[in-house]
Amino acid sequence: MSSSTMHISSPRLPRWAPGLVAAMALALAGLPAIFSGWSIVQWVLAATVVFLIAMPLWSRVVEGRRAAVDRLVTTLVWVSFGCAMAPLIWLLWVVVKNGLPAINADFLSYSMLNVVGEEQGGILHALIGTLLITLAATVLSVPIGILTAIYLVEYGKGSRAARVITFLVDVMTGIPSIVAGLFALSLFVLLFGPAYRSGAGGAVALTLLMIPTVVRSSEEMFRLVPDDLREASYALGVPKWRTIVKVVLPTSVAGIVTGVVLAISRVIGETAPLLVVAGATDGINTNLFDGRMTTLPVFIYSQYASSTPVGYQRAWGGALVLIVLVMVLNLIARIIGRIFSPAKGH
Amino acid sequence: MAKSIDVSDLDIYYGDFLAVEGVNMTVKSRSVTAFIGPSGCGKSTMLRSLNRMHEVIPGARVEGKVVVDGQSLYDPSIDPVAVRRQIGMVFQRPNPFPTMSIYDNVLAGNRLNAKRMKKTEADAIVEKSLKHANLWEEVKDRLNKPGMGLSGGQQQRLCIARAIAVNPEVLLMDEPCSALDPISTSAIEDLIHELKSDYTIVIVTHNMQQAARVSDDTGFFNLKATGQPGHLVEFNPTRKMFSTPDDPATEAYISGRFG
Repeated sequence: MSSSTMHISSPRLPRWAPGLVAAMALALAGLPAIFSGWSIVQWVLAATVVFLIAMPLWSRVVEGRRAAVDRLVTTLVWVSFGCAMAPLIWLLWVVVKNGLPAINADFLSYSMLNVVGEEQGGILHALIGTLLITLAATVLSVPIGILTAIYLVEYGKGSRAARVITFLVDVMTGIPSIVAGLFALSLFVLLFGPAYRSGAGGAVALTLLMIPTVVRSSEEMFRLVPDDLREASYALGVPKWRTIVKVVLPTSVAGIVTGVVLAISRVIGETAPLLVVAGATDGINTNLFDGRMTTLPVFIYSQYASSTPVGYQRAWGGALVLIVLVMVLNLIARIIGRIFSPAKGH
Repeated sequence: MAKSIDVSDLDIYYGDFLAVEGVNMTVKSRSVTAFIGPSGCGKSTMLRSLNRMHEVIPGARVEGKVVVDGQSLYDPSIDPVAVRRQIGMVFQRPNPFPTMSIYDNVLAGNRLNAKRMKKTEADAIVEKSLKHANLWEEVKDRLNKPGMGLSGGQQQRLCIARAIAVNPEVLLMDEPCSALDPISTSAIEDLIHELKSDYTIVIVTHNMQQAARVSDDTGFFNLKATGQPGHLVEFNPTRKMFSTPDDPATEAYISGRFG
C-alpha cells in the first residue's frame, strides 16, 4: 500500500517564520548598527541582506529547493516594491514637512502683488493661472485626442494614413516640453507681435504635450471594446457613427477619463514652456488672452530662484498645493470612472 | 411581414480569399432554414452575407445576388443600415450592451437610432419582446438591473428580444445555442418554433439533432478540401435531408461518417 501512496505532503515552515527571520535579521544587523553608529537606512539595508540570505537557506533545509526559490523571489519582489515606494513616501513626507508651515488662509487667498521682502505673500494668482491654463489645454486637447483615436480605431484601421498618424503621435510624445513652449511662443509672436505673452500661448504649448497621451490612452480603451458589441449594434441597423457615440464611447468612458486625467497630471507640473510663453507676474490675471500669467510650477521656480528663506518656504508651500491639486484630480477621475464604468451584478 | 430570400450564384470573399462559392438557394418565408456543415465551411459567412454584416470586416466583399422581397441587397442603391433594420441577427455569444439595463437593452435598436416614443409605448415594446423571447417572467421585477447580470441563457434570450423588438422581417441566428446548457437550448428552440409564425428564420448550427428538431429546410455546406472554398452541397426539406439525402456526402456527415 505504502508504495502507491501519493507524495503530496512535505514539511512546511510555520506561518510566522518570515516574521521571526525578519526580527532576527533586524536584531543581528542591530549589533553593528549600535556599535559603529549606523543610520536607520544602513541598518534596514543590512537587515534586508541578512533576511535575503537567511530565509531561503532555512526554507532550503526544511522545505526543499522549489519552496526556497519561491521564498527568495517573494522577498525580492517585496524589496523591489519597497524600493519603488520609498522615494514616493519620502518625497511626500519632505513636501508636507516643508510646505505645511507655509500654508495658511492668506497664502491661499492673496497674490504676490506688492509683496516686499519678508511680508506674507500668496499663491492665488498662480493657482488661478494653473487652473485656467490647464483647463484651456484640456478643452483644446481632449476633443482632438479623442477624435484622432476614434479615427485610428474605427475608421483608419490598418490604413497607411493611420500608420502615419500613429508614428507622428509617437514622435510627438518625445517632444521636449521646452520645444513645445518655443513653438507656441513663435506661433503667437508671428500672429500678435514680438512682445506678446499670454496664458493662451501656454495652453497651446501644454496642448501639444497632452494630445499624444490622450490619443494613446483613448486608442487603447477603444481597442478594448469587444467587436461583439459593435456588431450587435450594426445588426440592429444602427449607423456606424451612432454605434461609436452610443456604444463604443459609453463602454470605454471610464478608461478615457483616467487617461485624460493622467495627461493633465503630466502637464500641470510643466515649468519651462510656461515660463517661455506665459511669462511670470505677481498679480492676478484671469484673462487667458491678455498679459502674463503665472502658474504654480513657475511660481515655485521663481520663489526658489530668489534664494531667500521666505522664498524657499513659499516654494515648498506651492509644491504642496500642486501635489494636493493633482491628488484631488486623480480622486475625481476615480469617482467618475466608477460612476460610468459598465455596471455588473445581479 | 416575413419575406423570402433568393440567393443566386453567390461568391463570398475575404479580400482575395474566396470563402464560399456559387451558392443558390431559396429561403422560404415563415419557415426555419438551418445551415449545417463542418467548421470553417462558410455557414456563418453565408449567414452574415444575408444582412450585409459580412462587409463589416475590412476587405470582405460579395459577388452574386441576394434578393429579398424583389430587391437585390447588394445593389449600389441599397443602404446596408436599412437592410440590417429589416434583417435582424442573433450571435453565437450573447452580447448584451454592458452599459445598459435589461430594459434599455431590449429598446437598444430603437434608442440607438434616436427613435422617439412615449413611455407607455416603450413599456409595451419591452413587455411584448421579452414575452416573445420567453424571458418576461424571469426579469419583469428587475428590468432596471444591468443585462450583464443575467445568466448566459437569459442573456441570449435578451439578445433575441433585442433583435425582435425592432420588428425585423427576417431573423438570422448564428449558432445561438452553442454556449448554452440543454435547458436554455430547449427554451430557445421552443422560442424558434413560436417565432416561426411571424418571422423568417435562418439558423446556423453544429447540432444535427437541433437542425432536425427546429428546421423546415436544411442546407448542408462542405469544403472540397482544406484551403478550398466552401460550397452548398445540398439544400432540401429537412425531413428528406435526414432520411433520404440526395448526396452521399450529406448522408456521411449526418450519420457521423465524415468524408
